[in-house]
Amino acid sequence: MKKRLVSLLTVAAMTATMFAACGNTDTASTDASAGDGAKAGETATAEGGAVELPEDTGKTLNIQVWNEEFKSRVTDHYPGYEEVDATHGKIGDVDVVWTITPNENNAYQNHLDEQLTNQESASADDKVDIFLVEADYALKYVDTPYAMKLSDLGITDADLADQYTYTQDIVKDSEGNIKGSSWQACSAGLIYNREAAKEIIGSDDPADVQAAVADWDKYNETAEKAAEAGYTMCSVNDTYRVYSNNVSSKWVGDDGKVVIDKNIDKWIDDSKKLVDSKAEDTDDLWSDDWAKGKTSKGKVFCYFGPAWFFNFCLDAEKDGTIAHDGGWGFCEGPQSYFWGGTWMCAAAGTDNPNLVKELILTMTTDKAVLKEIATADSDCVNSKSVLADLAGSDEGNIALLGGQNPYEELAKGADKIVLDKLSAYDQGCNEELQKAMKNYFEGNATKDEALDMFKKAIKEKYPNVTTD
Amino acid sequence: MNKKSKVVRYNKWGYIFLIPFVVAYLVFQMVPLVSTVYNSFFENYRAGLMQIGPNYIGFENFKTIITNGDLPTYLQNTLIMWILGFIPQILLSLLLGAWFTDPSLRLKCQTFFKTVIYLPNLIMASAFAMLFFTLFADSGPVNSILMQIGVLSHAYKFMSHVWSVRSLVATMNCLMWFGNTTILLMAGMMGIDPSLYEAAQVDGATSTQIFYKITLPLLKPILIYVMITSLIGGLQMFDVPQVLTNGTGDPMRSSMTLIMYLNKHLFSKNYGLGGALSVFMFIITGILSLIVFKFTGKEDKDGR
Repeated sequence: MKKRLVSLLTVAAMTATMFAACGNTDTASTDASAGDGAKAGETATAEGGAVELPEDTGKTLNIQVWNEEFKSRVTDHYPGYEEVDATHGKIGDVDVVWTITPNENNAYQNHLDEQLTNQESASADDKVDIFLVEADYALKYVDTPYAMKLSDLGITDADLADQYTYTQDIVKDSEGNIKGSSWQACSAGLIYNREAAKEIIGSDDPADVQAAVADWDKYNETAEKAAEAGYTMCSVNDTYRVYSNNVSSKWVGDDGKVVIDKNIDKWIDDSKKLVDSKAEDTDDLWSDDWAKGKTSKGKVFCYFGPAWFFNFCLDAEKDGTIAHDGGWGFCEGPQSYFWGGTWMCAAAGTDNPNLVKELILTMTTDKAVLKEIATADSDCVNSKSVLADLAGSDEGNIALLGGQNPYEELAKGADKIVLDKLSAYDQGCNEELQKAMKNYFEGNATKDEALDMFKKAIKEKYPNVTTD
Repeated sequence: MNKKSKVVRYNKWGYIFLIPFVVAYLVFQMVPLVSTVYNSFFENYRAGLMQIGPNYIGFENFKTIITNGDLPTYLQNTLIMWILGFIPQILLSLLLGAWFTDPSLRLKCQTFFKTVIYLPNLIMASAFAMLFFTLFADSGPVNSILMQIGVLSHAYKFMSHVWSVRSLVATMNCLMWFGNTTILLMAGMMGIDPSLYEAAQVDGATSTQIFYKITLPLLKPILIYVMITSLIGGLQMFDVPQVLTNGTGDPMRSSMTLIMYLNKHLFSKNYGLGGALSVFMFIITGILSLIVFKFTGKEDKDGR
C-alpha cells in the first residue's frame, strides 16, 4: 500500500511539474514576443512624414485572405516569392503563411475580427502582417486602429498617384487617411455569350449588344426575347449588384436604420417579372447551377462581372467552355457599376513593416508588375497609365473575349464609379436581401413576407441596427 | 478493525476512479451550462469590431425570444423533420434487428451487412449533406435522370419547396442513424432469454406473434433509450439542414432548426440572446425527454 501511494505521488508530482514547465515556457515566450511586436508597431505608427521604419524582426509574414486570388498574383508576379506548398511560401528567409478563410456567412470577417482583436497578445509568428478586405466591408476595418495608415509605412500620395481615386476613397478612414491599396480597378459590365447574342439580337458586336441592353427597359425586353429563344438571361443575383451600386442612400444610415433604396426595390420588382416569365433564374452565385452558363449547353445569355471575372470565373482553361473557344463578348450594360476588388491593408503591430511596404508597393503601384498582371491574368489593374496603354494596343486583346479589347470600357467605367454610399453593413445586407428575396421570386412568399424575413435576418446579424 | 478498514479503502478507490469523470463533467458540462445561463442575463454582442456590453439587462433577452415568435416555429420545424426521419428509422431498425437476431433465418454475411448499414454514420454529416445538395441540385444527377426517363418535363427545384427540403433532411438523418439504432436494438433483442422464444414456438406462436408479444415488450427499455437519445439528437439537428440549405433554412425558413437559429445569433457573437435561447432549449429538451420517459415507462410500472 505504501509503495503504491509513493508511486502514485511520484506520478502526480511528475505530471504536475510537466504541466508547470509547459506553462512557464509558454507564457515566457509569448510575453517576450508580444512586447517586441507591440514596440515595432508603436514606433511604426508614432512617426509621420519621412518614415524610418524599424527593422523587420519577424520570421513569419502572416497574410489573411478569403480565396486563392491574391496568393496566385503574388506567386506569379512578386519577384523573389517562392511557393512551398498550398498555404506556405518564402520571400528571402521570411516564411509567408497564407490563412485562407472563405467569405461566406461572414466567416472571413469573424476570423479576422478574432485575429485583429488578439493582435496585441499574439506571439510574433502569429501576428497578422497583411490582411485583405473587400469594398463591402472595408469601412469596418479601415476606420479602426487595426489597419495602419499607408503614410505610416512611408507610402506617399505620389506613390499612389496613378491609381483610380475611387479605390482610395473606399479605404479612407473618417479622418481621410488612406489605409489600404488595391491592384484592381473593378469596374464591371455585361459579359455576353456571342453565339446567343447572334441568335437573340442578330449581332455579336459589342456596340449592338450595348444598344440592346442600354437601360433596364431595353434589358428587360431583350431578356424576354432571350426567354423566347430558349435562353436564360442570367441569374437575378447577377443583376443585383448593378442595381445595388446605383443606390441613392446608404444601406444603414447614421441613425442606425436599414433603408431599402428605391433602386433595390426596382431590382425586386424587375427580377420577379423576369423570373415569372422564365427569362431569369434564381441560382445562387458560384453554385453549380449558376455555373452551367460557362458552357454553351447551359443556354445562358450573360454574366455580369468585372475584369477579374474573365480570368477567375469563366474556366477558360477547361475544354468545352465558351471561354475556351473565345466565345464571350463584353459591353457596359444597363448601368455602370463595380464589383468587389481587393484591398491590401497593413495590420498595426506587424513585425515586418519593410516587407509589408515592399509588397504593397510592388503589387499595387509597380507599373511593370501591374501590366504583367493585366496581360497574364486579364485583370483590370489600378493604374490609369497601364490601362490607357493596354486600351491602345493589341496586348489588351483578350482571347476568351474573342480578341476583343475591353480596357477602354473598363477604364471609362472606373472613372465613373462613385463610392459615397458605402456603409459598414453592406455585405450582410446584400447577402441577406438576396437570400430573402429568393423566396419571393420562387413563389414561396409574398414580397412583404420576404422583406420581413430580410429584416429579421439583419437584426440577427447586426443587433445594433433597427429595421422599422 | 482490519475488515472494516478494507471496506473503506475499496470505497475510496471507487471515488478515486470516479474523479476523471466528475472533473470532465464539471469542466466540460457544468461550467458551460452555468455560464450559458449567466450570459443570458446580459446584453453582449459585437457590432463590427466594436464590443457592446456585457450590460446586465435582467430577463430582457428571454422577453425578446418569447415575443418575436420565432421559437415555436423553429421548434415545430425541428420536430417535424425529426419525426419524419425517426419513424422510418425505427421501423427499419426493428425489422433489420429482428432479422439479424432471428436464429431460424440463418442470415449469411451478417457482419458484412451490419458494417454496411453502419457506414453512413461514419461519413461526416456535412459531407453527406453536401453530397445530397449536389445530387438534388437543379441541374444535378437526380433531376437529369428523372428528366431522361421522362418522369419530369423540366427540373424540379428540390431546394425551393418546403416538403422536398424537409423530406431530404429527414431522409438523410434516417440513413445516417438507422444503422446505429439497429445495432442498439439488436443488443436489446439478443439480451432476451432465448428460452422464451423456444417456449412460444413450442406453444405454436407465429413469428409475428413472437415479435409483437415477446420481442417488443421486452425491448421497451432499449426502445425508450433509443427514443430519448434520438429526440435529444433530433432537437440538436444542425449540420444536415445547415449545409443543405446553405444556412438559410429556406424556403422561408421552413427547414430552420433551433440550433441553426442559435447559430445565427452567434455570428454577431450575441452571447446574450444565444444564451437565453439555449436556456429555452435546455428546458424544452428536458420537458420532452420527461414526457417520452413517463409516457413509455408508465405502462411498464402499472403492469407489474
